[in-house]
Amino acid sequence: MKKTYKIEVDCANCAEKMQVAAKNTPGVKDAVVSFMTLKMKVEFEEGADPAEVMPKVREACRKVEDDCEVYL
Amino acid sequence: MNKKQKNMLARILAALVCLIIVKIAEKSIPFWWLQLALYMIPYLIVGWDVLRKAVKGIKNHQVFDECFLMTVATLGAIAVGIYDGIHTGSGDYLEAVAVMLLYQVGELFQSIAVGRSRRNISELMDIRPDYANLEEDGEVSRVDPDEVEVDSVIVVNPGEKIPLDGVVLSGESMLNTAALTGESVPRAARPGDTVLSGCINENGVLRIRTTAEFDESTASKILDLVENAAARKSRSENFISQFARWYTPLVCYAALALAVLPPVFLAITGREVQLFTWIYRACTFLVISCPCAVVISIPLTFFAGLGGASNQGILIKGSNYLETLSQVRTVAFDKTGTVTKGNFAVTEVHPAEGFTKEDLLEMAAYAESHSSHPISRSLRQAFGQETELAAVTDVQEISGHGVTAVYKGRNVAAGNEKLMDRLGIVIPEVPETTGTKVFVAAEGKYAGCVVIADEIKPEAKAAMDGLKRAGVRQAVMLTGDASAVAESVAKTVGIDTVRAELLPAQKVEAVEELIRQAAGGAEEDPKRPKVAFVGDGINDAPVLSRADVGIAMGALGSDAAIEAADVVLMDDDPRKIGKAIRISRKCLRIVWQNIIFALGVKGICLVLGAIGAAGMWLAIFADVGVMVLCVLNAVRALFLKNV
Repeated sequence: MKKTYKIEVDCANCAEKMQVAAKNTPGVKDAVVSFMTLKMKVEFEEGADPAEVMPKVREACRKVEDDCEVYL
Repeated sequence: MNKKQKNMLARILAALVCLIIVKIAEKSIPFWWLQLALYMIPYLIVGWDVLRKAVKGIKNHQVFDECFLMTVATLGAIAVGIYDGIHTGSGDYLEAVAVMLLYQVGELFQSIAVGRSRRNISELMDIRPDYANLEEDGEVSRVDPDEVEVDSVIVVNPGEKIPLDGVVLSGESMLNTAALTGESVPRAARPGDTVLSGCINENGVLRIRTTAEFDESTASKILDLVENAAARKSRSENFISQFARWYTPLVCYAALALAVLPPVFLAITGREVQLFTWIYRACTFLVISCPCAVVISIPLTFFAGLGGASNQGILIKGSNYLETLSQVRTVAFDKTGTVTKGNFAVTEVHPAEGFTKEDLLEMAAYAESHSSHPISRSLRQAFGQETELAAVTDVQEISGHGVTAVYKGRNVAAGNEKLMDRLGIVIPEVPETTGTKVFVAAEGKYAGCVVIADEIKPEAKAAMDGLKRAGVRQAVMLTGDASAVAESVAKTVGIDTVRAELLPAQKVEAVEELIRQAAGGAEEDPKRPKVAFVGDGINDAPVLSRADVGIAMGALGSDAAIEAADVVLMDDDPRKIGKAIRISRKCLRIVWQNIIFALGVKGICLVLGAIGAAGMWLAIFADVGVMVLCVLNAVRALFLKNV
């Protein structure tokens, strides 16, 4: 399953870091962050519940870039 | 400017004022440590977040980023200042503060520039309707388009955007489709016409019965497509993020080497060592090497290019396709709907002995009555009466051949020569004509031939010339139609190669063959010349997806085409193909200009910095200056009117 989320982030490099953080979150199969459109596209693993995974993704992103936001 | 940007601007100004005051008062401060403390005020005002991010990066084991570069460089410069301060009573801290200040000015500029182009692009694509006028029980109320159900009646007043796809019930008007197609000539809408969301109603009031929900409407779909396009990153973009990943650590180690190796070497050879000179040079080196100009300008160029193209009615589904388009050297065309208008009309009817013209048309029209192919439609039109679907049974469509069916108790077949061959029917004489021939047989007996002709699009010739100018070496026509027809069309418009009488599956093979030819045996080479296929998207989805780039034409309102293609041309002007290629070339040109310019300037400055010919001032101006120029250059990709 794929879902797109609106995000808030200041620089291209930070967006890249968020992408890596999101990708490494359990339950996420793949993630693409577009700094230009401020969107995060997340592909979830089979059976993973986005409502459970996404808060963890946000947490992981906050850890690498604290003034970022993922709108769930 | 948003709140964060305003905040940053305030910090920059405060730090600047503070720095000037400290600089003026500097001479009258007796102690080096007081000087340092005073300089630290503007330094921390403007740079505290950079320091914090650098520390955070180290904590998260992602050490090397631009914040780290800036932190190390400025702290290094301050350390050099402290050393001077202790020895001579006065150190130079101005540079370190100025570097941090200018770095932040650069970041602010970048953030504003990106925000602005983001807004520009969404303005270009301003097709999202804000409200719908819903008519219920004779009363009209203004609602969110999201809440309107299928089969509701909405009213669109002059000047308003059509919020949902639908069919006009009453009213006549002209529609401005510029936002969807880039085409400025308005279209007429009359009762019974299908209208698409995103168009602007120019003069009359229209009552529309909706046929799709908001999410399924054209405007939403196009917006979705454009917004998702940036997520498909091109090879250049991936290359740059890879590049940044090894480049930054590399320059850090290079700077470290610059700080340590020459002094060690000098010490060994017994010469005088000025350790802090080398540390200073290493810091300069770090400031110059900051990669942000390239890292930001490349995705920005692609993004601007995608936005600018969509404003011209060319939807490109991803930066990767934009990149591939620029490498297209072979373009394969479907004939119908691409080179020709696809509005077929029966031009000649040749009944065989024992059949009348009316008989022939009736049989052909009924046999083909279940098909929505343009040829079938023209047959029904020529027949002139409504065909009852129930009158035909046992309809069998043989792909690439035609149909067989049972009509009025007779086995009827209608199709091309191959179908007749297959059924073992001998065609006595084939009329000499360039139209598409539909042969008809009844009960295994040849009944005659109906000739259907298609009109060549008036822009087709100009489109081929445009392709040649855009650097396309070979134009190929792939069609299921008879060779005589195909050849004559190809000759008129200037297409070099024709492959006619292809079944849909053979079209895929033909495209594969073209890819092999273009690759010259190196199919896996990502830089090989690419092959594009242009179709109308109705029955060539497999070919569209097999080609390196699938381009669907006149796709406005056709979901299947939008789904299957990589590039979608919203109107059916074939000149847009050349334009799309030129747009992609322009974007890639800008990308390479930026890469070469940024890395070139940095390379030169790195050398100058390492040998001590360039100080930190030059370093930071080179960094911020290159970034500003690259961003401005990237924004050029938005302006594509005269490409």
